[in-house]
Amino acid sequence: MAKTKSRPAPSRRRTRPADTGDVDLRREFLRSMLLQRRFEERSAEAYALGKIGGFCHLYIGQEAISTGAMSVLREDDYVITAYRDHGLALARGMTPRSVMAELFGRSDGCSGGKGGSMHLFDTSINFLGGHGIVGGHIPIAAGVGFAINYRKGDQVCVCFFGEAAVNIGAFHEALNMASLWKVPVVFIIENNRYGMGTAIWRAMANQDVRTHAASYGMTGESVDGQDVFAVRDAISRAVERARGEKTPTLLEMRTYRFVGHSMSDAVSGTYRTKAELETEMKRDPIQQLKARMQEAGEIDDEAFKALDDELKAIVQDAWDFADASPEPELDALYSNVYAEDSAVGD
Amino acid sequence: MPTITYRDALNHALREEMQRDDRVFLMGEEVAEYNGAYKVSKGLLDEFGPMRVVDTPIAELGFAGVGVGAAMAGLRPVIEFMTWNFAVLALDQVVNSAAKMLYMSDGQFPMPIVFRGPNGAALQLSAQHSQAWESWLSHIPGLKVVTPGTPYDAKGLLKSAIRDENPVLVLEGEMLYNTKGDVPDDEEIVIPIGIAERKREGDHCSLITNGKMVLLALQVADKLAEEGIRVDVIDLRTVRPMDVNLIADSVRRTNRAVVLEEGWELCGIGAQVVDYVQRECFDYLDAPVVRVHQADVPMPYAKNLERAAKPDAAKTIAAIRKVMYLDQD
Repeated sequence: MAKTKSRPAPSRRRTRPADTGDVDLRREFLRSMLLQRRFEERSAEAYALGKIGGFCHLYIGQEAISTGAMSVLREDDYVITAYRDHGLALARGMTPRSVMAELFGRSDGCSGGKGGSMHLFDTSINFLGGHGIVGGHIPIAAGVGFAINYRKGDQVCVCFFGEAAVNIGAFHEALNMASLWKVPVVFIIENNRYGMGTAIWRAMANQDVRTHAASYGMTGESVDGQDVFAVRDAISRAVERARGEKTPTLLEMRTYRFVGHSMSDAVSGTYRTKAELETEMKRDPIQQLKARMQEAGEIDDEAFKALDDELKAIVQDAWDFADASPEPELDALYSNVYAEDSAVGD
Repeated sequence: MPTITYRDALNHALREEMQRDDRVFLMGEEVAEYNGAYKVSKGLLDEFGPMRVVDTPIAELGFAGVGVGAAMAGLRPVIEFMTWNFAVLALDQVVNSAAKMLYMSDGQFPMPIVFRGPNGAALQLSAQHSQAWESWLSHIPGLKVVTPGTPYDAKGLLKSAIRDENPVLVLEGEMLYNTKGDVPDDEEIVIPIGIAERKREGDHCSLITNGKMVLLALQVADKLAEEGIRVDVIDLRTVRPMDVNLIADSVRRTNRAVVLEEGWELCGIGAQVVDYVQRECFDYLDAPVVRVHQADVPMPYAKNLERAAKPDAAKTIAAIRKVMYLDQD
């Protein structure tokens, strides 16, 4: 069988270039993406030192998606994702301290040290997790959309997942109901081309994942997921559609992770080549934005370094905070298995 | 006191709770226009409209997940499975999402959701449609599991389930829907989850059971009463959490116990009851505890084989006679 490693033909491209916003927005984007990058580089270090345990899936390389997406959401909108959730949580506004303490399994973590890397939750910013079963949270997102309609609200739920989730039944059941019931949900496929160590072409008969939208009668679009402005534009259109017309959208963000699936696999050399990795890393979303801003004279090396130093200090502070945070009390083992305040009799 | 069917008792519970709290909605296959595969939701679409009584595609995993998401966003879903046999497809949402959300988020996301539907065998539905799932489902921390055996309990437990802040699984029975019982209509019936009930008082032998087997247990108790054997029938009503106190109270009174359940033997409900009994009542026992359960086979179709596979009165009576040393030969 021929190995069709080439990517599917580009789908509908917008001729108009993405709106790159004003200089403040570009600075904000650079800051957000770089914070995620520095945070996760230190997470990898903490993992190697045994301060972080279990599974730890890094988002490095995909930061344009979280950053572009969160920039168009309202505070009362909902966000839900899979287990590669650190970058999305930070971009949504969770503090580096709260996330790092969770990774360290400490009581000041966003989930009290009970969730860990894969289960970041924060009600105060409507961040609905951090879910560990591939595709399992996609129907949940449809349910959040259902609830928004039920209450006649105008919020939107944005749901992130990897392209490998497209192969699981829950994705299809959720998209069908979301479109049938016209719920305000934006489904975002973060297509990094590998489901763990299995390349998309080895696992998927139809690699043009955007086309699944047509099966469920919804709008679908493919986007350069390494261009934060293209991401922002596409998600902005989808969110508008969800808020206004109450219709869901399926977006494919074409991206690439620059690190292994989790901390336990090699970055390259087994299921992907070093050459491929190096090619993709030339399209680093952070470097692309930095170059663009440098060309426009909006940032120079000195200013970039100052920003970088500031963010590194923030991450160091998060590390120190997490390190100093106490382990959960042993009583916590049995707390929140059940909600104690039953509504009976109210 | 009005006598109503188990089906109507569930219907009244749903109606009353939907009237009481507009966050409560019912979702599942055929629940709306068809009035429910077993007519439990009859009339609800007319009264509450399509936003609150929602027909779904045949997609158990998907709509169970929709329920979980709706609960995360502040609603109180009642998800109907046409049978718990189909719910096996949805267990990822029940077990991985609903049961664990509160714990994983350390208390941030309560999960006030009900999953309900008929459980266990009916008549000649064969292997894939005749399974009693309570031991599987009760294994999972974070879930509550109730198994009402009478119309009164069906109404009271479903109402409690809907008001509970946790995921509650309500295991009904196709063979129970037409059974009748007294259910007062002039008082609010809310049965606390986790409390067993002594359905018949006796001092010779405890018969501990749940769900559909409660009716069988009462028949057995009636029959043995004719011989002067007084059976203490304990209906667990809730399987998780299990009411250890009433189990122990009964066995300390009778010194003998039989556990009757609809499902299979290995890791069954009865295994857990026996564990509680040996821990709490070791010095009180006058005989080893005996279990009555389904034969360890997939449910066969043929009438005679199906009868042979199911727990019944004769098997239960034999078990009680055994623990009372009445059949020494």
